[in-house]
Amino acid sequence: MNNKTWIAILSLLALALGLLVGCGKKEGAESQSAATPAATQPAAAPATPIDPATVASVTGTVKLDGAAPKAAKIDMSQDPACKGANTAETIIADGGNLANVFVYVKEGLGDRTFDVPKDAVTIDQQGCKYHPHVLGVMTGQNIQIKNDDPTTHNIHPTPAANREWNESQPPQAAPIEKSFAREEVMLPVKCNQHPWMKMYINVVKSPFYAVTGPDGKYEIKGLPPGDYTLAFVQEKLGEQTQKVTLAAKDSKTVDAAFKLQ
Amino acid sequence: MWRAGVSLAFPVDPDSHRIKELTLKGLAAPYNRAHHCFAVFTACATFCLIIAGALVTSNDAGLSIPDWPTSFGSFRIPPLHGGIRFEWSHRAIAGSIIVLTISIAVWTWLADRRRWMRWLGLAALGTVVAQAVLGGLTVLLLQPPWVSSAHAAVGQTFFCIAVVIAVFTGRRSMETVPQIEMDTHRPSLITLSLLSILVLYVQLILGAMFRHRGMSWWPHALNAPVVAIVLTWTAIRALSLYSKIEAVRRSAILLLALLITQLCLGFLAFMTRVAWGRDAVQPELPMVISTVAHVAVGALLLATAVILAIQVWRHVPVSFEERVPGRERRPVTA
Ligand code: HEM
Repeated sequence: MNNKTWIAILSLLALALGLLVGCGKKEGAESQSAATPAATQPAAAPATPIDPATVASVTGTVKLDGAAPKAAKIDMSQDPACKGANTAETIIADGGNLANVFVYVKEGLGDRTFDVPKDAVTIDQQGCKYHPHVLGVMTGQNIQIKNDDPTTHNIHPTPAANREWNESQPPQAAPIEKSFAREEVMLPVKCNQHPWMKMYINVVKSPFYAVTGPDGKYEIKGLPPGDYTLAFVQEKLGEQTQKVTLAAKDSKTVDAAFKLQ
Repeated sequence: MWRAGVSLAFPVDPDSHRIKELTLKGLAAPYNRAHHCFAVFTACATFCLIIAGALVTSNDAGLSIPDWPTSFGSFRIPPLHGGIRFEWSHRAIAGSIIVLTISIAVWTWLADRRRWMRWLGLAALGTVVAQAVLGGLTVLLLQPPWVSSAHAAVGQTFFCIAVVIAVFTGRRSMETVPQIEMDTHRPSLITLSLLSILVLYVQLILGAMFRHRGMSWWPHALNAPVVAIVLTWTAIRALSLYSKIEAVRRSAILLLALLITQLCLGFLAFMTRVAWGRDAVQPELPMVISTVAHVAVGALLLATAVILAIQVWRHVPVSFEERVPGRERRPVTA
């Protein structure tokens, strides 16, 4: 080979190496900041005071109109360590009561700020499923992710407004702590080991949110009096909103019903 | 035959440099069986790698190993369950292909006298390195659609180079003298063949962008009739005018057969992935099989188009009016 050829080959290899090192470094630095997001965020403004003597609450039931579709079967055979309930949780409606609907105050809180709870919320991977399937959390609040399965999982949120990350977690590994900096509703999380594993994290700025239980019920407490827009969000059926006016110490019921599309 | 242009038997027209050059190209390199077998093996292994890669995407297992080039922090074999089976086997085959490519590049450089072939060996090496870098970037940057699609396109480019090396180190292409027929038609067959490669590349990129969630499915579906028309035009032109040239005929027939297969598989992939599979809770077997087959046949189709173009370039040179003026057109015999 002549000199020119050698120079061509070597510069190609150098370019490849340079690219790799560059990207590796950038990613490393970014994932570090994502691992301890609470520490790197600017100090939050002090919470707007709420008079506990006037707070109101809103409760209700979310229904599904019509018969619930039969839950799709999950085939977990690609990992012998995966055992347990094997039906999808896309729409869970027992007796017409719709579970896993995220309910939150979408409008009406103005510029109020709220303290971020010190306690982390937990996501547990058990039976190769996420528990819970739908989670609510405040911006900046820690989420602790545990693996109770005898197999490796990877946790891969695919957000639209927040930073995406992907980390694996072997059996018995220490919990992973994460948080999301920006508001985002129905942020999907998946596992690339077990493609049926899906869940949704809902990140909001206020503590006024809830997720409907198997009975379709929710309760949001401690709201200051005001005019609010409540949003009901279901991963497949979409979003609905309803207006509600709460006077001091009010306790109102706001029900919602979703139709199958 | 006259319709097809000027039919020439060898050796001919001492003034035609092109033909002299072609004669030399055909005869200069002696056939080396071991080198050819190794090249064929490399091309076949690359085809397996494309299938392995397609399995990763079809099973949504691309990020099951979050690091690269290590797998879970080491180069040891991780426990092969779930998505790791696909991702790790893809990495393992890719690693072997890099070794095969280094070997074929060095061997070609040392054993093959044809300059273009030696450079093709080096191009294979460059492409495989670029491919590995793109694969790494896909993992580290969490599969941005453009990076993943570039990985799909460069992967198939590498496959085409491997196939070209395999075909043109073969006895048939090294020992037989090119059978030359001048092409007087417009657009010329070589133009059509190159256009086929171009539309196939566009189709590949549109397909990959859909597959990697960077684009909707319809641009790919819309370009499919364009691909079908251009490829059919090319193949029919080749078959109707140059079917006597075996190398051209065989590539054209294969192109047509693969095109029909690919259109059927595309339809199947659409049904399983888009029409029925929209709400699937996980990649289902029919979805995986149809999409992997569609990717694999797509790669074969592209490689066949490249081979056809090279065969046309060798056997059916374009005749320019000034070279073969109309009134002097006459079959020339030795
Ligand atoms: C005309 C010939 C065609 C060629 C050469 C072709 C080629 C390809 C290639 C190479 C890919 C995968 C890209 C990658 O590696 O990521 C792909 C994906 C795809 N193609 Fe085609 N295609 C053709 C026709 C069609 C047709 C007619 C349809 C039907 C609408 C179709 C539907 C699809 C679908 C649904 C995918 C994505 C598969 C997935 O999600 O995994 N293709 N195509």
